[in-house]
Amino acid sequence: MKQVKDFIIIDNCKIGEAYCKMRLAPADGSILPEMLPGQFVEVAVETPGVLLRRPISINDVDRQANILTLLVRNAGRGTSALIDMKAGERLNLLLPLGNGFSTEAPAGARLILIGGGVGVAPLLYLGKVLKEKGFEPEFLLGARTVADLLSLDDFKAVGKVHVCTEDGSEGVKGFVTAHPCLSEKATRYYCCGPAPMMKAVAKVARQNGVDCEVSLENMMACGLGACLCCVEKTVKGNVCVCTEGPVFNINELTWE
Amino acid sequence: MANLSVNIGGLELQNPVMTASGTFGYGEEFTPFIDINRLGAYIIKGTTLNPRQGNDYPRMVETPAGMLNAVGLQNKGVDYFIEHIYPRIKDYKSHLIVNVSGANVDDYAETARRLHPLDGVKAIEVNISCPNVKEGGMAFGTTTSGAAAVTKAVREAYPGKTLIVKLSPNVTSIADIARAVEAEGADSVSLINTLMGMSIDVEKRRPHLSTVTGGLSGPAVRPVAVRMVWQVAKAVKIPVVGLGGIMNGRDAIEFMLAGARAIEIGTANFVDPAVTMKVIDYMEDYCQRHGISDINEIVGCI
Ligand SMILES: Cc1cc2nc3c(=O)[nH]c(=O)nc-3n(C[C@H](O)[C@H](O)[C@H](O)COP(=O)(O)OP(=O)(O)OC[C@H]3O[C@@H](n4cnc5c(N)ncnc54)[C@H](O)[C@@H]3O)c2cc1C
Ligand SMILES: Cc1cc2nc3c(=O)[nH]c(=O)nc-3n(C[C@H](O)[C@H](O)[C@H](O)COP(=O)(O)O)c2cc1C
Ligand code: FES
Repeated sequence: MKQVKDFIIIDNCKIGEAYCKMRLAPADGSILPEMLPGQFVEVAVETPGVLLRRPISINDVDRQANILTLLVRNAGRGTSALIDMKAGERLNLLLPLGNGFSTEAPAGARLILIGGGVGVAPLLYLGKVLKEKGFEPEFLLGARTVADLLSLDDFKAVGKVHVCTEDGSEGVKGFVTAHPCLSEKATRYYCCGPAPMMKAVAKVARQNGVDCEVSLENMMACGLGACLCCVEKTVKGNVCVCTEGPVFNINELTWE
Repeated sequence: MANLSVNIGGLELQNPVMTASGTFGYGEEFTPFIDINRLGAYIIKGTTLNPRQGNDYPRMVETPAGMLNAVGLQNKGVDYFIEHIYPRIKDYKSHLIVNVSGANVDDYAETARRLHPLDGVKAIEVNISCPNVKEGGMAFGTTTSGAAAVTKAVREAYPGKTLIVKLSPNVTSIADIARAVEAEGADSVSLINTLMGMSIDVEKRRPHLSTVTGGLSGPAVRPVAVRMVWQVAKAVKIPVVGLGGIMNGRDAIEFMLAGARAIEIGTANFVDPAVTMKVIDYMEDYCQRHGISDINEIVGCI
């Protein structure tokens, strides 16, 4: 059930200049609600000049410790205020929102989780859930340069990690679509990152006949399917990314 | 406890708090957070005669203390509403009000005619003020003759039930428009709809919205809205419904002091989906603190 809830920041670690990993626990000590990989939260950022909540993916859920993790990139006023927050401060979240990735697949399926930039955020929790279900998820993570590769160790703890950087400072040089791991057989790609990257991955998926789910980051106001601001054109017409997404199978989208 | 009930053109509301069209979906989206039965009324999404896909993405951008939107009345049309949505949402204790839009006078009248037989629809709010559709809406709301023509046609198609006309702030004299719709039989006027605005991404050198211009809402518009409510309340005898940037109970009371008999909450629902309940609680508390036995006492006391 969707809810509005106060959280306490357990810790907020800066990653380089532009990112942070924030760990949160419910302020009232209650158990975290059910959350699926690919779902997101809407964060109320109490800083001057920010009115609407900001959508942020669920990066990780630690049921045992009852902790929710967010990975945030500085994109403007709201996210930079989040990066500056300190342990012990409170944050109001609306959660859980959206549909999530599908985690069913045939036994032994080869599942590749492809992330670019801060788009890697939802893939950690997805990878963990897939692993719990008996799969061996592989990650293909791309970034402009080595400093933008986020929480590599967290991913390595879950599965095999392939890396690409545009400047060649780490892993294979170039875009993720150039990585040789995509030329081998696979069952499904899960992809989250900048739109041009997701479109390129969708194209490769079509060429290779691989099932593909992408997570969109359309601009949102309510996050609840009420305002119709976040729509994406699909084969069914305009649908709300905040309720019918953010995850879509590429066959539902009208991408070329 | 003070009396919070108010009367809007024949419709008795248990309290003055309503939701603004287009910001509250069909109400169902908010049931995890609020008890719809407690609202004065819930005004749902703009409904048109025929289905509309709305405008292209991007449809919104945040602006200082507000947001611009260009949704463009995306909805599945009045017949779909009556068949599939109405049965799910008609039984709340609070009143259901449908917001009606059209591309021409006949569309408005026909949509109103189809809604008229529904017992669960207690009133309609006619939107003659949408800045986001090319072919109509605001065109009617910006001249006294256009506003009068739509009101006249809808009044005939929708007899004996409460008719609220929602006014555009994008005019030189909103009081003149209000008088024109009152003369044609509107039971109440609500104001304001969004203020036309525009915002440009200077790095990409292109507008933030697919439609270039859009409708501004949120706290940024509140002082303009309060002023207009005050002017209109002095110009007409029918009850005025005030809205525009109401974020909390204090803001709601401000509108009532300016002359609003009831209020609507819009953009604030996006920030706090439970805000409507808090505003009702605030009104009770306000009346108690100020020794007011009936909230109607404060309406238009400025
Ligand atoms: C479902 C979803 C999940 C997301 N997950 C994450 C995440 O895990 N980590 C993360 O860092 N970011 C994530 N984002 C993007 C994040 O919401 C935006 O970066 C943030 O809202 C920008 O707010 P701001 O106040 O910092 O920027 P603003 O000052 O409001 O704007 C700065 C720039 O950010 C862009 N922007 C504003 N809102 C959005 C938006 N909703 N989506 C994309 N760009 C936007 C604007 O175009 C503008 O150019 C997600 C977005 C969505 C829709
Ligand atoms: C996303 C969005 C969609 C809207 N859709 C409608 C609509 O369909 N019909 C209508 O009459 N007004 C519509 N409005 C206008 C609001 O009902 C309200 O008049 C306006 O937002 C000002 O109030 P606020 O500042 O409290 O939001 C919409 C506003 C927003 C933000
Ligand atoms: S953000 Fe409001 S409908 Fe999706």
